[in-house]
Amino acid sequence: MAKHKTPLLDQLESGPWPSFVSDIKQEAAARAKNVKGLDYQIPADVCEDLLGILELSYKDGTTHWKHGGIVGVFGYGGGIIGRYCDKPLDFPGVAAFHTVRVAQPGGKYYTSAYLRQLMDIWDLRGSGLTNMHGSTGDIILLGTTTPQLEEIFYQLTHEMNQDLGGSGSNLRTPADCIGSSRCEYSCIDTQELCYYLTMRYQDELHRPAFPYKFKFKFDGCPNGCVCSIARSDLSFIGTWKDAIQINQAEVKAYVDGQSPAGGGSHSSRDWGKFDIQKEVIDLCPTKCMAYVNGELKIYDKECTRCMHCINVMPKALKPGKEKGVSILCGAKAPIVDGAQMGTLIRPFIAVDQTMDKQLSDFDSEDEWVEYLDEKYADITEFVELVWDYWMEEGKNRERLGELMIREGLQKFLEKTETDPMAVHVQHPRTNPYIFWKEDEVDGGWERDIEEYRKAHAR
Amino acid sequence: MALDKAEAQKVIVDQLEKKGKSKSKFYLKDFYAFFPDEKPRTVKNIVNELVGDGILEYWSSGSTTMIGLKGAGKQAGAEGED
Repeated sequence: MAKHKTPLLDQLESGPWPSFVSDIKQEAAARAKNVKGLDYQIPADVCEDLLGILELSYKDGTTHWKHGGIVGVFGYGGGIIGRYCDKPLDFPGVAAFHTVRVAQPGGKYYTSAYLRQLMDIWDLRGSGLTNMHGSTGDIILLGTTTPQLEEIFYQLTHEMNQDLGGSGSNLRTPADCIGSSRCEYSCIDTQELCYYLTMRYQDELHRPAFPYKFKFKFDGCPNGCVCSIARSDLSFIGTWKDAIQINQAEVKAYVDGQSPAGGGSHSSRDWGKFDIQKEVIDLCPTKCMAYVNGELKIYDKECTRCMHCINVMPKALKPGKEKGVSILCGAKAPIVDGAQMGTLIRPFIAVDQTMDKQLSDFDSEDEWVEYLDEKYADITEFVELVWDYWMEEGKNRERLGELMIREGLQKFLEKTETDPMAVHVQHPRTNPYIFWKEDEVDGGWERDIEEYRKAHAR
Repeated sequence: MALDKAEAQKVIVDQLEKKGKSKSKFYLKDFYAFFPDEKPRTVKNIVNELVGDGILEYWSSGSTTMIGLKGAGKQAGAEGED
């Protein structure tokens, strides 16, 4: 029988969707049975007490978790989030219920052996409950006690070669899509860039460095499968500078119905014959395409990299050959100023496609990292300019996007040594004033009054 | 001239003890104000070293990190984490 009666939680299980309440009950039952005969290092009834305190929170209409904590592992200022309940006598199993954030593997590639090893640690030393994955992307292990933290950290790092993720006012665990490891659209090796920046900025990831949280995310192409444009302070999106590559014979194959549109992704019902005009040309947001006399034409200068035409006809169209990243800054979820998408600051930073050596091509990881230092030098230079500005000018708990609004885009461009360009202008001519600085004007502000008076009487 | 760690420690501990009557946890940016001529990155590195040395300690809400003198404030005692 359940330790606590939970009528309000039980009701949540009656809806059409899988319920987290059922999951917690299932884990509670598994821990009670203890088929593996584990010597649980935290209370065996932790899940029962979690259900109990949650039921009480619903009943009371308020949380029974306290705010934050001082716990962590030695040398790290992130990755562990202290959680304590304010009813420890009634629910001793969750008196301390700390969260552990574990850095997710690049592209979230796992082996089943990895997951089993992780759960072997967590069943023994924690609640057995996980969140795969948190908003930042981490593997989140929910609920353990203070004495277990160093034990878990030791096992993760020494037995699994697995690091903790970021939390607090740190660089958060960088997240990426699968990139060119499996995706033909990817314009950059997202996993290489994500791993490189993760290793380069270990100090920022594990120890507080900033006024508030800071997130990197990497999308291999503008399809944006990790949605970096909305979810990260610095969004890296793979893109191309030259023209979309067109194979006219393959375009004709789509038009003639020989190749299924969208890779056959909508083939579960008959949508009729593929109509290139209706399904591609007319849907181009900048109207930069035409299909004339059996030939597809694209005015690439107008293309905004929406990816629709490439997604619909992947055998016929491919991203260009000159590849790199766009960097957008300042996305965030609501709290102050509402939710913001990233602002495009650097439209194209080239990534040298000939620099394609892998770790296995070097004698040591240090040599490989030196090679990547050179490959991604333009990117790290920009990242550090952004950080220098935010660390200097950002207020406590002010996200980068909020600072950009408070001080203005002009200041941000100046601080990041970015020349203003047309793509920075969202609404042309809404502001008639241009404020020049003295060093931007030939001759400065000083003038020769005598010379002026020769042509202008007082 | 580089910021001397021992001198920085003295300034930080003095300042935190002075302010300790009203609060025990501080934002990282508060530490920058103790050293107006230094780069934030330099101050950040010293603060993090002092945490490693056991002079200071972190407090985290999960989204924000604050820093205070080790053992200052109520939480460690209240949660049995002394």
